[in-house]
Amino acid sequence: MDLNYSQEENAFRSEVREFIRAKLPGDLSRKVLEHKRLGKEDYVRWQKILFEKGWLAPGWPVEHGGIAWTPIQRFIFEDEAAAAGAPRLTPFGLHMVGPVIIAFGSEQQKKHYLPRILSSEDWWCQGYSEPGSGSDLASLKTRAERIGDKYIVNGQKTWNTHGQFADMCFCLVRTSTEGKKQDGISFLLIDMHSPGITVRPIITLDGEHEVNEIWFENVEVPAQNLVGQENRGWTYAKFLLSHERTGIAGVGASKRELNYLKHIASQEQEGGRPLIEDPLFRDRIAKVEIDLMALEITCLRVASADRDGKAPGPEASILKIKGTEIQQELTELMMDAVGPFALPYLPMAWGDHWIGERPGPDYAAPLASRYFNYRKTTIYGGSNEIQRNIIAQMVLGL
Amino acid sequence: MDFSLTEEQTMLKDSVSRFLEKNFSFEQRRKMLADRQPMSAQLWQGLAELGVLGVPFAPEDGGFGGGGVETMLVMDSIGRSLALEPYLATVVLAGGCIALGGNEAHKQALLPSIIDGSLLLAFAHAEGNARFDLGYVETRATREGNHFVLDGAKTLVLHGSVADKFIVSARTAGSAADPRGVTLFIVNADEENLVGQEYPLFEGTRALDLQFAGVKVGPESVIGTLDQAMPLIEAVADRAMAALCAEAVGVMDALHAKTVEYLKTRQQFGQPIGRFQALQHRAVDMLVQVEQARSMALLAASKVDSADVAERRRSIAAAKEMIGRAGRFVGQQAIQLHGGMGMTDELDVSHYFKRLTAIDILFGNAAEQRARFAGMKEGQPAAHMKSPRKSWVKI
Repeated sequence: MDLNYSQEENAFRSEVREFIRAKLPGDLSRKVLEHKRLGKEDYVRWQKILFEKGWLAPGWPVEHGGIAWTPIQRFIFEDEAAAAGAPRLTPFGLHMVGPVIIAFGSEQQKKHYLPRILSSEDWWCQGYSEPGSGSDLASLKTRAERIGDKYIVNGQKTWNTHGQFADMCFCLVRTSTEGKKQDGISFLLIDMHSPGITVRPIITLDGEHEVNEIWFENVEVPAQNLVGQENRGWTYAKFLLSHERTGIAGVGASKRELNYLKHIASQEQEGGRPLIEDPLFRDRIAKVEIDLMALEITCLRVASADRDGKAPGPEASILKIKGTEIQQELTELMMDAVGPFALPYLPMAWGDHWIGERPGPDYAAPLASRYFNYRKTTIYGGSNEIQRNIIAQMVLGL
Repeated sequence: MDFSLTEEQTMLKDSVSRFLEKNFSFEQRRKMLADRQPMSAQLWQGLAELGVLGVPFAPEDGGFGGGGVETMLVMDSIGRSLALEPYLATVVLAGGCIALGGNEAHKQALLPSIIDGSLLLAFAHAEGNARFDLGYVETRATREGNHFVLDGAKTLVLHGSVADKFIVSARTAGSAADPRGVTLFIVNADEENLVGQEYPLFEGTRALDLQFAGVKVGPESVIGTLDQAMPLIEAVADRAMAALCAEAVGVMDALHAKTVEYLKTRQQFGQPIGRFQALQHRAVDMLVQVEQARSMALLAASKVDSADVAERRRSIAAAKEMIGRAGRFVGQQAIQLHGGMGMTDELDVSHYFKRLTAIDILFGNAAEQRARFAGMKEGQPAAHMKSPRKSWVKI
């Protein structure tokens, strides 16, 4: 047992750090570090840099453009990228539909879609939740009717992240109403430019447009866009959820945000002294920092188990719960740190080219909105309550 | 980065846990507590024969040559079994003082007897006014020729009543809170002018208060450098905290497993209570805390002998904080989910809960550890509490 990184792992970290230092554009990392709004072009810009280096999809098999990094190396890469302020990778193509196509897709699907994910030519989104099917996802009603060599899709999806940018959508649709509800679901790849698709923005409590409703009205989808077998989509959806187990904790990004929190707390003054010198506030920071230290080791335990080919232990299942709780705690502390200057709502100030005056320090402007926005983390990706149901059943046998 | 155990470590873990399972039961524990028995001579001898008492000592001193990980494996098993043996007092604390600070004569005279089980030691350091401050020592050692005369009082000497000798901290210079001027002495339990009063802690461990009224010891009894014992005491306390973290993980594992088992068997409203979602989620939240605690116990075990003292102390404080916080949650919820049965002395659940509570308090509870971690004790934020970036570039 050795909780220090090996010489090879440290050398790898240096290589990653050097690459990011050289290639990550400063204006881009500043946006991330200072919580500015990121657009599609920002994400694509960084993904193209990684693609050029061949580092975009380390989790994929080498023959499809992946790299044979160990889970620990992937953890190190994510850690370094997050610390430097690299934008997060959009997960829908790289971490979600990509692995599903690799595992269950046809040769033609692999040949067509995988290179376009890597080159950022296609922006993917996810068509899972429906107004009546949230945590009970398998009750979904969006229908796909097979007519000749096409499916005709009708229905409504919601909470669709970045659908306004998307070229493609991987969608769970009902192809049968017989038997168990899980057994009538299929996994379809739908061109978002197809006639009959309407994308309607949902404005969230922070005033942002991140998620959408999508309406499908007699949308024609070629039958060759079915992944795997008809009515087996639930299996593929579960496979997708089990992928990328350590990334979901967001340890690297939380470490970066913790540093930013300390930066803010050392700038903010309270009674003529920096807030970081207030024992009560420092106590709150210490608590979340220790939680994060523990989560980082828990993540590395999961990564090592993956490397050693061991079956995932119970620790894998806690990553989402604890990781999102820590993310939320950090946004809450940052908002608390700036006191009254969390109040002014000036969303234009988070944009690229704002040069106007605003009340309070620069870093204060986006903090309340981040706090509001991050309430999503314990809801999305299977709410934390659903995660607890899963652990109770699968791990504890209750 | 490697979390696997060597073959030797796996054997150690298996042999200790098998031995304790076979030779110590909860019924024996309850009987020992009722009889006010601080330890079992038979069990201790068995541990000696297994080689467990030599785990942290160097091979040249007759030991196993183990480090933080080996001690972790032993303490984890002790935690699961709820054994009352003086492993922390004799092997980790007093043994640690001798191994880290003693000269060759001390080592040769004492370590083989610790390892073969014939010598029991206790660490007499805590004092009534010190609270959790390791550096607060009022007990004085006054020079008399080349001898020292000890006057003062020590409290909470774990397993003190069975000890043949004490490792005693006393002030040879400076005032009570001065980090310099503390010296460690070896004192025989049967010295004249040394009296004590024994009492149980709330979970059954027996402890001793000591009064030194002019106890005279020779120059050979000084461990380490005169006036310079604090770094040694801190190193040994860190070993003790890492050991307690490991013990707590053993306790929490056992307590969580018992609670889940209870949820599956206890019937109410015509079904096992584990069918109720509110209770399922509580059991999952306990698991989250246990796994986070396990991660920090691993960190403590791997950093406890780190050459970087600041990193060692920061890691140990963080680990002990997590353990204290997780231990409270897991213990409280285990009682709650066991309902009335959790409140009884006859069920081991309450014993595990009380042991977790004691572990939190020993060597500083979670709030104290957070204060150490964040530099509250020094007044100024610890170095890592300040952002590594001096300034953030503006657009």
